[in-house]
Amino acid sequence: MPDAPIKTLGLNHFFGSGDARKQAMFDINMDITRGSLTILMGPSGSGKTTLLTLIGCLRDVQDGSVQVLGQEVRGASEAMLVSLRRRLGFIFQAHNLHESLTATQNVLMGLQVHGGGDPVRQRTAAHHILDLLGLADRRDYLPGNLSGGQKQRVAVARALVSNPEIILADEPTAALDKESGHNVVKMLKTLGDKRGTTTVMVTHDPRILEMADRIITLEDGRIVSDTHP
Amino acid sequence: MSWLLTLLFRRLPIGWLQLTHSRGRFIAAVSGVAFANLLVFMQLGIMGAMNTSTVAPYSLIRTDIILSSEDGNTLTDAGHIPRARMFQALGVPGVATAMPLYIGNLPFTLEDGSSVSLLSFGVDIAKPGFTSADIAADLDQLSIENTALLDKGTRGMPDFVIKGLEAGTRYSFETGGNTLTTIGTMDIGGGFLADGMLVMSDQTFLRVFPKRSSGAPNHILIQTEDGVSTDTVITRLQAALPGGNLRIQSVEGSADNDLTFMATERPTGIIFGFGVFMGILVGLVIVYQVLSTDVADHLREYATFKAMGYGHRFFLGIVFEEAIILAIFGFVPGLLVSMGLYAGLVAATGLPVAMQVSRAFLVFLGTLIACSLSGAIATRRLANADPADLF
Ligand SMILES: Nc1ncnc2c1ncn2[C@@H]1O[C@H](COP(=O)(O)OP(=O)(O)O)[C@@H](O)[C@H]1O
Ligand SMILES: [Mg+2]
Repeated sequence: MPDAPIKTLGLNHFFGSGDARKQAMFDINMDITRGSLTILMGPSGSGKTTLLTLIGCLRDVQDGSVQVLGQEVRGASEAMLVSLRRRLGFIFQAHNLHESLTATQNVLMGLQVHGGGDPVRQRTAAHHILDLLGLADRRDYLPGNLSGGQKQRVAVARALVSNPEIILADEPTAALDKESGHNVVKMLKTLGDKRGTTTVMVTHDPRILEMADRIITLEDGRIVSDTHP
Repeated sequence: MSWLLTLLFRRLPIGWLQLTHSRGRFIAAVSGVAFANLLVFMQLGIMGAMNTSTVAPYSLIRTDIILSSEDGNTLTDAGHIPRARMFQALGVPGVATAMPLYIGNLPFTLEDGSSVSLLSFGVDIAKPGFTSADIAADLDQLSIENTALLDKGTRGMPDFVIKGLEAGTRYSFETGGNTLTTIGTMDIGGGFLADGMLVMSDQTFLRVFPKRSSGAPNHILIQTEDGVSTDTVITRLQAALPGGNLRIQSVEGSADNDLTFMATERPTGIIFGFGVFMGILVGLVIVYQVLSTDVADHLREYATFKAMGYGHRFFLGIVFEEAIILAIFGFVPGLLVSMGLYAGLVAATGLPVAMQVSRAFLVFLGTLIACSLSGAIATRRLANADPADLF
């Protein structure tokens, strides 16, 4: 296990082509320590999401280097990217649950991506994480019958159930009330401490900032501050 | 169902859950497939009945080789051939015996005023070896003038006629100034060709068809000697008989030609072929519509799965899973309704429409292929699921 599960070097990124070509990331250099909780901040349009998708192997790296879990992402094969993504957990701003699957089944999707496995154990693991997130009595509900906060917690459960080495979260608490938002982040923080899970999270919530190991602020695609509170 | 599929796929049956989640769309899709199946089954059923009808008269004769005129189309829609060819053929080595066969359509009016057309065969009653065994057994009785055997499946005949014949009561009717007496039954099945069939002696035939001459039968049936191959004799006949307006075929070749002719040169055959094509097209379009809408509706979920690390094969799997589910769930009601309609057709028309296991299997296979094909086209939309757009 490398000490810096996420590493960028001279990372630039451009959107559009020809006259419309516009640079969105400028020379991003950072090393993120294993087991830490890093908060990305910055005004809207500053490039937080773009950076997260680059780290998450969801967007082609055009210029510079991104290393995730010791593997260079730039120019990596599709198969390599797929296997890297399996070791990450994503929590999106929108819950992105599958509306035809129950809470348990949605969580199972996070486990079955690894293929095979004992179905009974998988089910137990899915139930366990749903219980932890306070959804014990909502296991077999379809997303359509859950509140916004409950859906977001199912999405968190789906991201956490396979014990990812890195969690990338983009404003995961936006759809939650203060209390449960705080709980989710506390859980992520505990995971980091106990299992060494590395978390990078975009948020504006000041109460969460207190829990952060590191706060990186972006502006117009550049890192303008990088603190360890 | 969901449990079973989970065991089968070793993953959640996303396709099944997705399809059954929007029940209205699922029902529409399944009905579409069932309807397409129904279309295809009905066309094939009628086509099958046509084929059965076309070759049914062959069950009446026993022969190796058939000489016919080139003007003819099928066994029962034949031109005339000089009887002199028979005598020439008898001189060819390998030819054992020969018999002229006369065929004509006999219209007659029943007592209730309805008219029936009976396909009539005139045979040489001295040569029972040329007719099927059960007809050959009754051939002696046909030596009496103006007698005939009537097919049991004849349409439009009053019930008592067939029942009476089976119990030994003869039935006579007038046709063109002659009285024809049916003295027994046979089992051929007319189908599309005619309302029914008659077998009579060539003498009787020439009497009820006064315009026909004994010198110009429709076919000459030839049996070969044991130990000589049919093909050899055909080759010899081709060399020995004067060419021009003469077709020399094995009996199997003749039946095959009849089927090909009915399927490709008759408007009915072409129409039914087109019907099958339309059925397949309807099915393809419906399944493609449903599957591609389904993919489009779930692009966000698929993009999420992609971000989670699911590869392209997983998504192909979902689409094909859906295609196969639609194929199976559409085929079963399509088959059942078709069998019901077949039974209705038989009751209403007496046509030999029947479901064969091979046909059901073939249509199921075709449904699977068509659904998978639609699925394959629909998967092109998967490329639009871009996980970078998710955050
Ligand atoms: N798909 C895209 N195509 C073109 N421009 C984009 C795209 N995504 C983001 N951008 C641009 O890149 C910049 C950074 O966007 P983003 O990373 O979404 O910022 P943030 O998440 O901090 O609000 C913005 O100027 C935005 O307009
Ligand atoms: Mg953003």
